[in-house]
Amino acid sequence: MRGLKIVLMSFCLTGLVACAQPGAIDEINDPHEEQNRKTHELNKAVDQAVLKPVAQAYSDVVPDPVEDAVSNFANNLGMPSNVLNHLAQGEVGYAIESTGIFLVNSTVGLGGLVDVAGWNGQYAHATDFGETLAKWGLGEGAYVELPLLGPSTERAALGKVLDSVTNPLSGLTAEPEGIATAAKIGEVLSDRVEYGDVIDQTLYQSADSYSQARLFYLQSRRNQLGYQFEGEDALFEELYGREQF
Amino acid sequence: MGANNFDRRGFLITGCAVAAFAATPIAAATPRDAEKLITRLTKDINKSIEARSSDAALFVQFEKIFRKYADVSTISRYALGADARSATKKQLSEFGDVFITYIARKYGSYFKDFIGGEITVLGSRTVKKYFEVKTSTKLRGQEPMEVLFHVSDRSGSLLLFNLYVEGVSMLLSERNEIGSMLDKRRGDLDKLIADMRALTAG
Repeated sequence: MRGLKIVLMSFCLTGLVACAQPGAIDEINDPHEEQNRKTHELNKAVDQAVLKPVAQAYSDVVPDPVEDAVSNFANNLGMPSNVLNHLAQGEVGYAIESTGIFLVNSTVGLGGLVDVAGWNGQYAHATDFGETLAKWGLGEGAYVELPLLGPSTERAALGKVLDSVTNPLSGLTAEPEGIATAAKIGEVLSDRVEYGDVIDQTLYQSADSYSQARLFYLQSRRNQLGYQFEGEDALFEELYGREQF
Repeated sequence: MGANNFDRRGFLITGCAVAAFAATPIAAATPRDAEKLITRLTKDINKSIEARSSDAALFVQFEKIFRKYADVSTISRYALGADARSATKKQLSEFGDVFITYIARKYGSYFKDFIGGEITVLGSRTVKKYFEVKTSTKLRGQEPMEVLFHVSDRSGSLLLFNLYVEGVSMLLSERNEIGSMLDKRRGDLDKLIADMRALTAG
């Protein structure tokens, strides 16, 4: 992993990758907009024809406790990767916390089916390789809408690839790969129903669903990565004018 | 000429006195006041969700809450963006009205499902010229969701002017959306108002 960091750093140095953070949380860098919009239409069509109806059927047929167990299981499988990323970012505290949650849920929580830690209000701090790359200084890159996966950035997309390559479970686990994949699909279906109103609102009720989804994703992603919104002063001034007296 | 000078000075002095008077708030608001406001707001939201009435009834409730606690005219003017400058007073007030109905429905449906659980006020602080009130909402099997409410008394009374759901700003999202809606109608604000009325009528 150290080697990778050096490679990325040298990218930064040679200027191949823009390494600065965006100045404002609403800054949009979308040079591939035309292609992205085509992908967006494809994603919407897939959602409408497959994901949404299948998710609804899954949620209707499968009892809630089973649905929760499947989602918990999928979540738990992601924990080793979560721990690795926290470590790679130097966030030892988060790594220890996530390890504890993983151990508790894997044992007392019956292999991750029950979110015992969550009962006690303990949740792993979400992270991924995209965030690790951000902490290592890699720039966000352009906005991209990925086929089937949806809104992303170049950096987050690279992170997704690296997450799947470095996921320790892809080599170590005793479970057959199929179970992990099935659980992950179950989780995606549950989420599609749980956030159904927000997703439907954005995709099907917005005047321009592409730009709404882009703005939504970029703001929440940058918030997750801890970016500060620098436009706050200007925004307030626009609302209420300068100090008048 | 002397008299003229005197008059101007007199005017300036009076002007300053008036300005000083206007600048002195009756009682300067504190973060604690903002927190109280949002506590009342979340209580009202929690109450209307608990009542489990029909969606239509719930949206009416949310609209009332929004009108009571939010700086409706400022928010709707921001959502219009540059187009607000060329709009007539009548258009602004009509748009403001239909915009609040629209926003109450939209955010009402988020709050209904998404939130489902109780909203808890965690605390408040002063951020430069306004107050930020932090709230948390329990979600099933997930980290609690953070909603930040931004509050100011610049309008003359202490009111909500923006909210951030996990980092997503209502003002930015709505300016984007209203902008797209206007683009679709080639900038015709009257058409937009009519369409939004039809959309929120049902």
